[in-house]
Amino acid sequence: MIEISHVDKWYGPNFQALKDCTTSVAKGEVVVVCGPSGSGKSTLIKCVNALEPFQSGQIILDGIKVNDPKTDLPKLRARVGMVFQHFELFPHLKIIENLCLAQEKVLGRSHDEAMVKGTKLLDRVGLKEQARKYPAELSGGQQQRVAIARALAMDPIAMLFDEPTSALDPEMISEVLDVMVDLAREGMTMMVVTHEMGFASKVAHRVIFMDGGEIVEDALKSDFFGSPRSDRAQKFLSKILSH
Amino acid sequence: MFASFDFDVIRRSLGYLFLDGMAFTLTLTGLSALGGIIFGTLIALMRLSGYKLLGHIAGLYVDLMRSLPLVLVIFWFYFLMPYVGQWVTGASRPISVGAFTSALVTFIMFEAAYFSEIMRAGIQSISKGQPAAANALGLTYAQTMRYVVLPQAFRNMLPVLLTQTIVLFQDTSLVYVLSMPDFLGAASKVAQRDGRLVEMYLFAAIVYFVISCTASFGVRRLQARISIVR
Repeated sequence: MIEISHVDKWYGPNFQALKDCTTSVAKGEVVVVCGPSGSGKSTLIKCVNALEPFQSGQIILDGIKVNDPKTDLPKLRARVGMVFQHFELFPHLKIIENLCLAQEKVLGRSHDEAMVKGTKLLDRVGLKEQARKYPAELSGGQQQRVAIARALAMDPIAMLFDEPTSALDPEMISEVLDVMVDLAREGMTMMVVTHEMGFASKVAHRVIFMDGGEIVEDALKSDFFGSPRSDRAQKFLSKILSH
Repeated sequence: MFASFDFDVIRRSLGYLFLDGMAFTLTLTGLSALGGIIFGTLIALMRLSGYKLLGHIAGLYVDLMRSLPLVLVIFWFYFLMPYVGQWVTGASRPISVGAFTSALVTFIMFEAAYFSEIMRAGIQSISKGQPAAANALGLTYAQTMRYVVLPQAFRNMLPVLLTQTIVLFQDTSLVYVLSMPDFLGAASKVAQRDGRLVEMYLFAAIVYFVISCTASFGVRRLQARISIVR
């Protein structure tokens, strides 16, 4: 589904954000990407739907080359859902309008069709009652659930999560993770940048550990948590699991 | 002190002053603001676009307009437009452009430079995550601007846009150099005809003051009410 091969990315001539990154996510697979901050994990996931350009290597998404200048990027992006750290709901639109906008403008669905789909998804994330409110009237956890519903409304073939719980108060993290666990169990293809190792051990198939722009470890979940091969991954794990 | 003044001249000319003069001033202000905001937004988008050349052209335009006195621009436009029109259409004689059209185009072009700077600040005030989220949903650049970025930028900037429009309202009085019948022009005509300069100019000043002040007050009220929820 997602094939990342030998991707290099520089910010300016001196800073290399990604170094020869190669990995893949199969259909129905849940891959967790973790690593210290600044390790390039968010950059990598943003390269997948071309929100970040990269200089060399290639990414193939469902058979389509992402970094081909001829690729219709809006069309490609519409097929992959993305959830951001800071939710990024559109503050000037009501919750239900947030869910309808792209359905109507990108997929060309009728307003009624979009409303039905949007309401169904809001119900799924437990927020049907909030449809007529504005994003600022919702808590962080609720906003992130809306953001997930907004992405799902496009019937994506895969979902990308960029630290979906990092900006949340602790008591709101589980309501978002619950939605993500359900999604994973339904067989959604997911690439998740997160520090939530509980989520990783519950539903991930593979764990990728990044440091300094490199993929240091790319292992099955059991191997990763059982005995990480690299020192850096061991150190990282001991730091975040010791509390 | 006011004994020798005849304030009745104001009452007698009210119809002409407001139905003709003020109507003209308000029409010119409204159309100029509308055109200026649309054109200004385009200039702002050019400046913020990734294309260096477009950005430079827009920047040069804004700098040029902001370094010239408005009266001069009004003059130049009025006298140049017929020749530009002739050159563009290839006509044999200069095209006659009405004074109103000429003034309107001038104000739109001139104000666009100021409105573009306001819109640029407004667009830059939107966090990068917003267009990223819109793009991630598959919206094109144009759709992202139209449905996500510009509505928010416009809302954030509405008070400043309105304040600039109040300035524009006062600036439209400069069309007197083309002898056009705006509010000040009308007052001036009556003043000269009846020899009542002090009365008419005093009255005109009061009217501009009251309208501008009321509008400013309204903008402040509006600002308090709409400050966007985020």
